[in-house]
Amino acid sequence: MLPKNNVFLLAVLSVHFSSVIASDSNMNKEILEFNGFLETRVGVRIMDDARQKNTSIGEVRLQLEAEQEFDEVTLNIVTDFVYDSVLDVYSPDLESGEGVVDLRQANIVMSPVDFMDIKLGRQLLTWGTGDLLFINDMFAKDWNSFLIGRDVEYLKAPTDAIKVSMFFNMFNVDIVYTPVFGSDRFIDGNRITFFDRMNNTFRGRDQPLSVDKPVDAFDDDELSLRLYRSFGANEVALYYYHGFWKSPAGVNPLSGNGLFPALEVYGASIRGTVAGGIGYAEVGLYESDDSAASNPFSRNSERRLLMGYERELASELTGSLQYYVENKQDYDDYINSLSVGSIVDDKNRQVFTVRLTKLMLQQELNVSLFNFYSTTDKDGFARIVTSYKLSDDLKVEAGLNYFYGKYQYTLYAQFEDSSNIYAAIRYDF
Amino acid sequence: MKLLNYLISVILLMTSLPAYSMEGEEVMKRALQAFYYQGHDQRVKAHMEIIDKQGRKRIREFVSLRLNVGGIDGKQKYYVYFNKPVDVKKMVFMVWKNIQQDDDRWLYLPALDLVKRIAASDDRTSFVGSNFYYEDVSGRGLSEDSHKLIGETEQFYILSSKPKIPENVEFSRYKIWVDKNSFIPMKIDYYDKEFIYRHYETLEMKSIDGYMTVLKAKMEDKRTGGETIISYSSIKYQQGIPHKIFSERYLRKVPKKYF
Repeated sequence: MLPKNNVFLLAVLSVHFSSVIASDSNMNKEILEFNGFLETRVGVRIMDDARQKNTSIGEVRLQLEAEQEFDEVTLNIVTDFVYDSVLDVYSPDLESGEGVVDLRQANIVMSPVDFMDIKLGRQLLTWGTGDLLFINDMFAKDWNSFLIGRDVEYLKAPTDAIKVSMFFNMFNVDIVYTPVFGSDRFIDGNRITFFDRMNNTFRGRDQPLSVDKPVDAFDDDELSLRLYRSFGANEVALYYYHGFWKSPAGVNPLSGNGLFPALEVYGASIRGTVAGGIGYAEVGLYESDDSAASNPFSRNSERRLLMGYERELASELTGSLQYYVENKQDYDDYINSLSVGSIVDDKNRQVFTVRLTKLMLQQELNVSLFNFYSTTDKDGFARIVTSYKLSDDLKVEAGLNYFYGKYQYTLYAQFEDSSNIYAAIRYDF
Repeated sequence: MKLLNYLISVILLMTSLPAYSMEGEEVMKRALQAFYYQGHDQRVKAHMEIIDKQGRKRIREFVSLRLNVGGIDGKQKYYVYFNKPVDVKKMVFMVWKNIQQDDDRWLYLPALDLVKRIAASDDRTSFVGSNFYYEDVSGRGLSEDSHKLIGETEQFYILSSKPKIPENVEFSRYKIWVDKNSFIPMKIDYYDKEFIYRHYETLEMKSIDGYMTVLKAKMEDKRTGGETIISYSSIKYQQGIPHKIFSERYLRKVPKKYF
């Protein structure tokens, strides 16, 4: 990784660079497109958490976006400047997105031959069919942003990669190569307290999780493939991923540091029109590190399945349902590897989600309810977002993230004390 | 002589009935063709002003590419790239318009690089928050209403159209004035029983590449007191827009060549 100060310089320079291009109007007739927004977002915890500040989010964010077209190449830069009073860290770290600069995109796009598109550099990547549930989308997520109530665009963390897309008559291929593993911006205790199973305790900002991350360029790399085609308006895709678990899925028993075991994923998805709505299904086989089955400190292989259906229920009201299951492989080995008194996961972790979205007042008011509920973990996460556009460029937003559950150690329930409400005002330009 | 008398009386009787030069359905068919299907393909820039009762304005701007797939009243593909408002800039809305079944719709969200399928079956909901419905923008199927010619002037054919399945729509009928030369609908009044609650008007038109084309139009909603004025510019026909533009590839990578 580049030293942090250099990275900061790079980001500033790249913005400067694009404005230089803008002034050189003889170079190209295409004009530089320049946009962005300024936003303030504040939120508080609705439960007491002695391990965290009472403020769950408190930030001012300026996003600048520039796009410049040359003859054959398009240059995109999107960068955020953030004043974040909760984390209180100001030296930029472009990998974690912490500090005053979060470089979201810095890439060039070109089509060297007619059937190929290439996107090179820092970019946001998404594929797959799920709604806030992911099986074959192995691109980095920012779970902190998602849980503290940033705009949903921040659920996606940027990836430094080359994406080559090829388009043929029979099918299309996407190849994404990431030279250095880019992890999720995972829950490490700094913003959101989590349950540490090994030590049977909660950990917050006083005791954040340290990790040993694979960092060797071209050695600790990632490869994502997608093969897809359409049959009319129905879409079918096959996926492959070679890399690592994106959030810590193992523990070094000596240091207690989080680990990212090697991972391969094979998957498929289908999406199309079903009974007046959109239906989809996705499967994935998660092949964890070889030794994982009998290693209590490493996550086992899994089979995952997702099914979803979305349709319009009434005018400007859309509803969707999803069923998701993680099926732990080598379950007997897993049970045998646990020490006495350990928390035992079910063989299948099942989750149902419901979404309702209502548009009102000529679509200026948007109310969205989303609830995750796991019938096996007996926990859930309710997410309510409302936004109202005061004018074309001014928007206010308010929301709730509420975590609940029977046991303190399950995925959603462990965040119970991080339940929060927030409000934001955003000016687009 | 009896026969001659009889013939004369029959002819007199026939001419005393209103005799129109075209059937209602034929007029409607040509109106749909003139309004939504001109040329094999079309590129257009649209500017919408949505004005509410208090006079507050909202602006929408987009570039639309349209390709006819079938013949008259056939399938079409639309690619709509948003420029304004800024918070939806670079979003792309793609529609494969079907005739006997629901349209297929996609939305591309650039901030997430997400290609989303849109589950929408109701064509009579607001298009991007304006007073125009999806159906006003992309056309209503000829066979969904029965069309009756109820009058004819020097300039217009006047039709009254009633929905075949009244439960599917909010209007009980609409009255439409079709320009005799161009077959462009100049005025439409939508009725809720006896009240006109919605009113469309073509404000400006011009021949472009040999096709009479609407440049400016208005839709009023009498219930809310709001109205939307849409203006079209940079109109081009027969650009040779290929089918492949209306696919996931070009949702993620804008085909600027055709803009």
